[in-house]
Amino acid sequence: MIRTKSCKLLISALLSLLMVAQVQAQSAEEKGLAIAKERKSRDLGWQDSQADASMILRTANRQEIERRMRLLTLEMQDDGDKGLTIFDQPADVKGTAFLNYSHAVEPDEQWMYLPALKRVKRIASKNKSGPFMGSEFAFEDLSSFEVEKFSYKYLRDEKCDDQDCFVVEQIPAYEHSGYTRLVTWLDKAHYRAHKVEFYDRKNSLLKTLTMHDYQLYLDKYWRPMKLSMQNHQTRKSTDLVTHELSFRTGLTEDDFSQAALKRAR
Amino acid sequence: MKKSLTAVALLMACGASADTQTYVKAALEQRFYFQDGLYEQQHDSDISVFVEPEFYHSWNDGSDSLNVKPFFRYDSRDSERTHMDIRELIWLHVGDEWEMRAGIGKVFWGQTESQHLVDVINQTDFVEAIDAEEKLGQPMVQFSLVKDWGNLSLFALPYFRERTFSGVEGRFRLPLRVDTDNPLFESADEEKHLDWAVRYMGYLGDLELGLSWFDGTNREPLLKPAMNGQEAVLRPYYGQMQQAGLDMLMVSGATLYKLEAIHRKTELDSYYALTAGFEYTSVGVLNSVYDIGWLMEYQYDERDEQATSLGQNDLMLGTRLIFNDINGTELLIAFIQDLDESGSRSGYIEASSRINDHWKWRIDGWFFSSDTEEDRAFMLRRDDYLQFSLEYYF
Repeated sequence: MIRTKSCKLLISALLSLLMVAQVQAQSAEEKGLAIAKERKSRDLGWQDSQADASMILRTANRQEIERRMRLLTLEMQDDGDKGLTIFDQPADVKGTAFLNYSHAVEPDEQWMYLPALKRVKRIASKNKSGPFMGSEFAFEDLSSFEVEKFSYKYLRDEKCDDQDCFVVEQIPAYEHSGYTRLVTWLDKAHYRAHKVEFYDRKNSLLKTLTMHDYQLYLDKYWRPMKLSMQNHQTRKSTDLVTHELSFRTGLTEDDFSQAALKRAR
Repeated sequence: MKKSLTAVALLMACGASADTQTYVKAALEQRFYFQDGLYEQQHDSDISVFVEPEFYHSWNDGSDSLNVKPFFRYDSRDSERTHMDIRELIWLHVGDEWEMRAGIGKVFWGQTESQHLVDVINQTDFVEAIDAEEKLGQPMVQFSLVKDWGNLSLFALPYFRERTFSGVEGRFRLPLRVDTDNPLFESADEEKHLDWAVRYMGYLGDLELGLSWFDGTNREPLLKPAMNGQEAVLRPYYGQMQQAGLDMLMVSGATLYKLEAIHRKTELDSYYALTAGFEYTSVGVLNSVYDIGWLMEYQYDERDEQATSLGQNDLMLGTRLIFNDINGTELLIAFIQDLDESGSRSGYIEASSRINDHWKWRIDGWFFSSDTEEDRAFMLRRDDYLQFSLEYYF
């Protein structure tokens, strides 16, 4: 009896030793993936959101222009999110609406509603690297974070915004991505992204995205109220500022249909 | 005091679930024609203005809404082009998996770019634009089911709108004046004939599929020579028709494949017509931020040269350049070649860009070439023009 007990103890001790060894032997790729999974798991279950936002576009010579929009988003299980964007400014696109079903490694599905023609137009969206509304954000920069979108490699620990952060390299799994790799800084406390560097197809630094003013929603979900994208090659930049954001507003898939797109206001 | 406070409180309570939006679109347009007109009353240039305000109000948390959109145009040359219309005056109710619309509205059906065969609900406001993209408001009651398996819509169209035609001083006219005050109808009910239509639209994987059926007054009139007093005129004749329509769009990578096909039956004939083609878009051309799109569409009409549409055996090639700049600059150039008559072709150009948040410039141009009298483009052979517009949006 005693022997079996001590045996069990020994085995469990050995097992835990083995596990520690495994953690130490965890490759940079495995650690990167584990961080990504943790990041995603902390952001599950918010269901839907509605936001009022502005995009502030700046040219190289600091000319500034504001675009206003409303964004409706629906969280999807095991797929990219669905989004409906209604433009309020500039005036010539007021009432234009954009519907997007994002997917991790498949092309997104996109439709644009043109109110003057009462016409819904499908957009061929194989290429997610095109600019969104003339901004420095590409379509792929604005879609939801999904683990399958990238392969990962943990690089190092580093301070970012005065916090302890992981630095992780992400290689896009989508073959038509505009990037060869992204380098992301995530804080260890909440797995929130603070900075992302985007490297173009020639592997030179194209853009840097920084996240500012994180707010906590539903006691669980952190959202940055300002995203700043700086293009290093054109010296243009875009800020995406959220004025108002609410979660669990009762949106359903019916609110992201072609019929809903046609009556979006 | 108390009363006004209550009123304010009521207004605020309404504000929580009601929403009002206003829009204005207006433009000053200057056209220049390259050649003298075929007819002595015509002019070489033309100034025109239009205003299109829009009021939207929704209540019941957006379940009910009313949209009102009148349209006014003044044209310095053509009194027929100076006109007004109610583009929309429509109430929408959204239920659970259904929608109901009643009033004057606009509906678009179809997928192709170069012509819209399937789209037959609204009458063309032909004095507005030669491309027939502008439509008159159509009185209608529409009931739609919005289901997992697609959208099914039923339309009852209780009143018919007659097509607009240029006057004698306008361009894009026929040798004789179209006597729009004295139309002819096949139906004894004339413009009060109740037309009806049904449409299904759904998805089959990467395929978008539309099926439609229309039974009622043909939006395209025949023009019958007649006398109005001493004047020889053309009287529009609106027959009855039944049309079955099919439209499809398939996405494959960066290419959209598009098809529209109809079968139309009138008292005179029964025929097929189709438009089929593709649009390919490449993003970030030559390492720039520009997008470039290539369009090709083939137009076929079984009636051949008797076709009332311009495209009976024609090929359209076009390219769309999107600058992806802050001003949203775009350029579209297209060329349409008649495959039966090598001398018959037309082309158009559209360019636009924002000046600031409320102003935009636009250039449109059409060019026609035809040396065959039977060809419909022959009437337009001296109507090449460029139009410069300054548009205001609010």
